[in-house]
Amino acid sequence: MSPFIRAHILVCSGAGCVSSGCHGVYDSLMRALEEEGILGEVKVIKTGCIGSCDLGPTVLIYPDGTFYQKVTPEDAKEIVEEHIVKGRPVARLFPRQAEGEPAENISSLNFFKKQVKVVLRNCGVIDPENIYEYVARDGYEALARVLTDMTPKDVIDTIKQSGLRGRGGAGFPTGLKWEFAQRVHADEKYVVCNADEGDPGAFMDRSVLEGDPHSIVEAMTIAGYAIGANQGYIYVRAEYPLAVSRLTHAIEEAHEFGVLGENLFGSGFSFDLDIRVGAGAFVCGEETALLASMEGKRGMPRPRPPFPANEGLFRKPTLINNVETYANIAPIILKGPDWFRSIGTEKSPGTKVFALAGKINNTGLVEVPMGTTLREIVYEIGGGIPGGKAFKAAQTGGPSGGCIPESLLDISMEYDTLTKAGAMMGSGGLIIMDEDTCMVDIAKFFLQFTQDESCGKCVPCREGTKVMLDILTRITEGKGQAGDIQTLEALGKTIKNTALCGLGQTAPNPVLSSIRYFRNEYEAHIDEKRCPGGVCKDLVGYEIDAEKCRGCSLCAKACPTQAIHPVAGEAALAEASGGEGGHKPKRRTYEIDNSKCQKCGECMSVCRFDAVSRR
Amino acid sequence: MMTDEKKKVNLTIDGIQVEAYEGDMVLDAARRAGIDIPTLCYHPAIGPIGSCRVCVVEIENGRGLPASCVTPVREGMVVRTNTEAVREARRTVVELILASHPQDCLQCERNGRCELQALAMRLGIRETRFHREKEHKECDTSSPALVRDADKCILCGRCVNMCADVQNVAALGFAYRGTDALVTPMFERGLAESKCVSCGQCAKICPVGAIHEKEEWQKVADLISDPNLHVVVQVAPAVRAAIGEEFGIPAGTPVTGKLATALKMLGFDAVFDTQFTADLTIMEEGTELIERLKTKGPLPLITSCSPGWIKYAETFHPEFIPNLSSCKSPQQMMGAIIKTYYAKKAGIDPDKIVSVSVMPCTAKKSECARPEMNASGRRDVDIVLTTRELACMIRQAGIRFQDLSDGEFDAPLGISTGAGTIFGTTGGVMEAALRTVYEIVTKKPLG
Repeated sequence: MSPFIRAHILVCSGAGCVSSGCHGVYDSLMRALEEEGILGEVKVIKTGCIGSCDLGPTVLIYPDGTFYQKVTPEDAKEIVEEHIVKGRPVARLFPRQAEGEPAENISSLNFFKKQVKVVLRNCGVIDPENIYEYVARDGYEALARVLTDMTPKDVIDTIKQSGLRGRGGAGFPTGLKWEFAQRVHADEKYVVCNADEGDPGAFMDRSVLEGDPHSIVEAMTIAGYAIGANQGYIYVRAEYPLAVSRLTHAIEEAHEFGVLGENLFGSGFSFDLDIRVGAGAFVCGEETALLASMEGKRGMPRPRPPFPANEGLFRKPTLINNVETYANIAPIILKGPDWFRSIGTEKSPGTKVFALAGKINNTGLVEVPMGTTLREIVYEIGGGIPGGKAFKAAQTGGPSGGCIPESLLDISMEYDTLTKAGAMMGSGGLIIMDEDTCMVDIAKFFLQFTQDESCGKCVPCREGTKVMLDILTRITEGKGQAGDIQTLEALGKTIKNTALCGLGQTAPNPVLSSIRYFRNEYEAHIDEKRCPGGVCKDLVGYEIDAEKCRGCSLCAKACPTQAIHPVAGEAALAEASGGEGGHKPKRRTYEIDNSKCQKCGECMSVCRFDAVSRR
Repeated sequence: MMTDEKKKVNLTIDGIQVEAYEGDMVLDAARRAGIDIPTLCYHPAIGPIGSCRVCVVEIENGRGLPASCVTPVREGMVVRTNTEAVREARRTVVELILASHPQDCLQCERNGRCELQALAMRLGIRETRFHREKEHKECDTSSPALVRDADKCILCGRCVNMCADVQNVAALGFAYRGTDALVTPMFERGLAESKCVSCGQCAKICPVGAIHEKEEWQKVADLISDPNLHVVVQVAPAVRAAIGEEFGIPAGTPVTGKLATALKMLGFDAVFDTQFTADLTIMEEGTELIERLKTKGPLPLITSCSPGWIKYAETFHPEFIPNLSSCKSPQQMMGAIIKTYYAKKAGIDPDKIVSVSVMPCTAKKSECARPEMNASGRRDVDIVLTTRELACMIRQAGIRFQDLSDGEFDAPLGISTGAGTIFGTTGGVMEAALRTVYEIVTKKPLG
């Protein structure tokens, strides 16, 4: 390789881009560079997730910062021939913003503009399988500083002063947790990383593990030093094979380079890490269930206290933090607690990564300072709602969270405000819903999830959520009864108050928050047997307005169940009068057979004359 | 539990100042203070589980309604056990359990002794607001000793804890999630295919009718009515101390004579005492011990009277099999004698003899079904009844047990030295064996 590198090509290799074909793009880039004879002048690396998953495979070219979206292997060849060799960027591969103008540079993309990357600082930037790249970005400097310059108390004080709160969902002060674990005297302690990311749609932890695994290795080692543990475990779900392989590689590399193992930095402190692969039960994200699972038992929560800090893995004091929390540690050590506090809000310092999904133009991972408003995330970063539809609500915190209505779009996205609004920060899932969403149906969807994932141990969660789900199902089927809303509220409250673990205690949130903000939708379902969002199939029907129908038959062709046919008498008439040279047949119209109709709405979307309506 | 090293903690429960010790749970402290918080999954014989959420309480400045069985006391804690919120939560929780529980209490094995029934009664539940369809599971009748009815299971987890943590067997566990959750042997196999040792502790601790001993009293009653059969019964030492409880006689009162009378009234053709073979067991085991001491055979010698323990050793500690005494248990010795020696003496065709035994333990039902238990050339003991089953027969027959006059066991197999009586108590078999060894070795009677 020549000492001079004229360009860096970063090929996003997060799981999203892997599934959309980034490996083919990478191979094609390498081949083209070889053909051009400039393989030694251009450095191509596979990075972790850059966040804009809907645009993948993405390719980023430095030094200029050119951003290419949806790149195919053929495009990759063109990029080399045009951009790299001739200096002419391939404009057709630039992403388009909502306003329509293409953005060629990553810095001009609205999606990235408002983001502040602390947790994701290295994701999409470095090659996660190359420890040199991590070190070049100040990797392991924090560990070196901690082991050579700081006492465990200094470390804990720094974390406490930073105000960092657990990113796993509940927002417990991290420094305090570390202090609890440090204070307990025991012959053995453990550090555990909760990478059992289970919220549907949330994947920030996976991205960090895939894109910057060393940041977790480093932070866990720091935590081990702080609390007096020499062994750590990363509990990661089996559905994350790429994360497991990159972590495994990182642990091996860290051993090789002497930043993990015996006598680190000559300090006398030793620390080792192992991976435990979970089978993928949502409840195993609950810390006591996670520990049970790690011990080889059924992943079922147990009552706390004792808290893991006192009695955790194998009954030894155990510190458990989630991936995103650990990813904040090294920067806090290096830049200091004041720097960290300068980001975010007073009560929730730092940043939060959200997984934007649902009815929004730009989906993917976004990292913003705590306190950013929902409106900024939806409209500036997310690029608004597709099809010019109206925003209806956002679900935060996944199935344990709640919905935020349009009236609260300016809510500051931080722990306490979200909880106050009846939602939850959770792990940072952020699902955007538009006017076509039925809130009862959404509540049912989330409750179905927690119901399925309930471990079945405690009565309120096992039986209560099932009863709530049955009521919701009835309501969406048009069989709601007077008093259903009150029963849901009462049951929800009891489950929240009496369930054994966080899963059960938060399971009613989607129902309670949607009743709180969208009670009228529940009432419409129950009292009027009407679904305002037009989603609940038993309450929705389509009809064709004979006056507007021009008989073009598009709807009949589009109908997947052949439920649309010409009106009987008219068809014969049209048949009889048709076909005589240029003579226009009498207009025939179509109608829908409701016994065959699957309520998919396809007829309505294909009709050019606005003749199909939903009732 | 309470030692001097433990720190004292002062708390207030329902306005009462309560002194407790660090590590105590709110439930313990409340009960000591005379406040009887209702519970369901809690049982003092196993650790608290915290699954049913019936014992919830309100704690000042605390979040939600924690379960008092798993909430440790804290200095200055203010607990309320009977607020409207608590009552409503408890009621809802019990109604939720009832929502999927079969409502066939009248036919249930536990009718009248069911803890869920008692709890619903105590909370004054007259209707259930909720209903949930539950997938029907066939009863597991594969075990000779126990029956599991998953439909009645309320998933409290008591049996799972008992089996795993107390008995160290872990034949039962949870499977599946949510409303599909199930207590079952592995892979939903029958108990007979599991490592179950038939100890019956699960049945003893089950609050409802989801696990109970396999009932065979009906079969016995039918056989007694058959004039062509000679139905013989033997009674274990422990039964004479336990059966009185079923009829309101204080626990532990020996009612040997009443028992003999009752068995004859039930129509058994001969009533024998297992103590007779307990004596034989002791003589056999005692001489076996002496033999092993002489020949340096496998030592220590472990007595073999308990079939639950034998199965446990075979399954989990086969390395101890050589240490087990080669003697049969008293039940099986009696069974063999009845169909050989007794049959010959009394001139009865052994094939016409039905050998019934009344035992304190469900594992005895499994023991008599073991294929090697056929010294007489046929099954030695045909049916084993538990103390409870016998009580059921006595009640059905209209016998006022408590008022019975004392009767006698039948000769020759009803006579014993009395040494076997202590079999029924912990360490009793061992003590009896050692007494025998002493007499054989010293040739002097024990003083």
